[in-house]
Amino acid sequence: MSLLSPEWTAILYLIAAVCFILALKGLNSPRTARRGNLIGAAGALLAVVTVFLSSRLENIPLILAAIAVGSAIAAPIARRVQMTQMPQLVALFNGVGGGAAALVAVLELGHNADTWVRVAVVFTMLVGAVSFSGSAVTVAKLQELITTRPVIFPGMRWVMSAVLIAALVVGGFVIATGSAGWAIALLLLGLAAGLLLVLPVGGADVPIVISLLNAFTGLAVAASGIVLGNLLLVVAGTLVGASGTILTRAMASAMGRGVSGIMFGAFRGGSTAGSTAQSDRPVRSSGPEDVAVLLAYAQRVVIVPGYGLAVAQGQHTIAELATTLAARGVEVDFAIHPVAGRMPGHMNVLLAEANVPYESLKEMAEVNPEFKHADVALVVGANDVVNPAAKSSPGSPIYGMPILEVGQARQVIFLKRSMRPGFAGIENELLYDPKTSLLFGDAKDSLTKVLGAVNAL
Amino acid sequence: MEPITLLTVVVLSVFVGFEVVSKVSSTLHTPLMSGANAIHGIILIGGIIVAGQTTEPGLLVVALVAVVLATANLVGGFVVTDRMLGMFRGRKPTTDAGKGTK
Repeated sequence: MSLLSPEWTAILYLIAAVCFILALKGLNSPRTARRGNLIGAAGALLAVVTVFLSSRLENIPLILAAIAVGSAIAAPIARRVQMTQMPQLVALFNGVGGGAAALVAVLELGHNADTWVRVAVVFTMLVGAVSFSGSAVTVAKLQELITTRPVIFPGMRWVMSAVLIAALVVGGFVIATGSAGWAIALLLLGLAAGLLLVLPVGGADVPIVISLLNAFTGLAVAASGIVLGNLLLVVAGTLVGASGTILTRAMASAMGRGVSGIMFGAFRGGSTAGSTAQSDRPVRSSGPEDVAVLLAYAQRVVIVPGYGLAVAQGQHTIAELATTLAARGVEVDFAIHPVAGRMPGHMNVLLAEANVPYESLKEMAEVNPEFKHADVALVVGANDVVNPAAKSSPGSPIYGMPILEVGQARQVIFLKRSMRPGFAGIENELLYDPKTSLLFGDAKDSLTKVLGAVNAL
Repeated sequence: MEPITLLTVVVLSVFVGFEVVSKVSSTLHTPLMSGANAIHGIILIGGIIVAGQTTEPGLLVVALVAVVLATANLVGGFVVTDRMLGMFRGRKPTTDAGKGTK
């Protein structure tokens, strides 16, 4: 059934494309972001209705059933996922999108003999497959199903080169013959390339990889639009590809890294493996009462929240501690590193969840000059983002990443679970500094004890 | 479709894509990434088209898998982005947490 003429179809797809542009535009500001996202969702709904009304489709009941299954799987996960697990979820959804694009391209191969369309088919299959397997590895790393350290083996770069060359050759065969056998081989090579691309990436750089793979999936979708002759897919895919690229670069510069350095750093060998030696040098550990005294009699306290705070669900407790200290006349700020948490902007989402007001969260550039006026820097569950190795040791995997300068505060207090290094697996020299004291334990427990001790003063 | 039309559309889309996100603050990086992620779930349309043209059962199964995956991307992406952004909005009325910390 074809209820819509090609002209009406094109107009409705155009409206959907405009919705997507408005969605991205709206996401620029916290005030318009939610509305923007809803506009995007409305555009997607319009496009899906349009495709049903405009093409002569077989198997409609089965397609509707597949859509119902997909929604039934994804919506509950999206509603219930912990905010701390957001990066995994974004990577997961991105991977399945890439996989879908690759499958669509394979199925279209039989319908097209035109060389240029086949080039687009090959591109979609390869990039979609890379995005699928790369995202799978990313999820595994973030969920700590596999090690967060770079996985490298001798000769890896030769294997990678061989896989890429093989993919180009096989892609050539697919274009020349249109054979399904070669297409499957190409998909397998794409999956292998995705694994080899992401395995060597260290934990600290994983967030950037999510963004990059997001852009990849966008490009695969755009190419699939060329394959299907569907302009909406071309526009939407290109938009995501382009914005994803910009976003990746913005994040990489927030971490002081080049994108190519992240992706190929481990291949070049040497330093990115991180230090495995855990030092047994002495540290100064203290009790909740000592910490309470330091905080309560300070003039200025800067709190640096990290992923450990979120894992312990200590956001509400730290907000309460901030309120209590403020009531005693202590000036309290939160210093938010752009990549605090496991994904750029993640900590803002987590603290927003805990109702910490937006205004008391200070960005890095704003807060760094203030550390030298701070009596106490309270670091809760953060490590890599305050690690001076980023400035002082060129061999370190995080070297060059801008950090929060907590070392300039008069006193530094770390609330930590253990001496275990952070996500990037790097030892933090600041822990051994004479002005640093450590309070070991679960972040929420420690904060509750400190809060109790402050109230008892 | 005319290749030149296609090229025009691609180039203009690239510039629009660059423009719309070039000034976003790091505060919204996570929702923006998640929102962009949802948008490429529109590959669902491609999945529906190929599933609707297939009569061979084996290929139909593959196409339906593509539809399920694409729907997960599209629906899940928009739902989770909305949930995140809802938290950003809900922050203002609640004034007890962290009050006076400026």
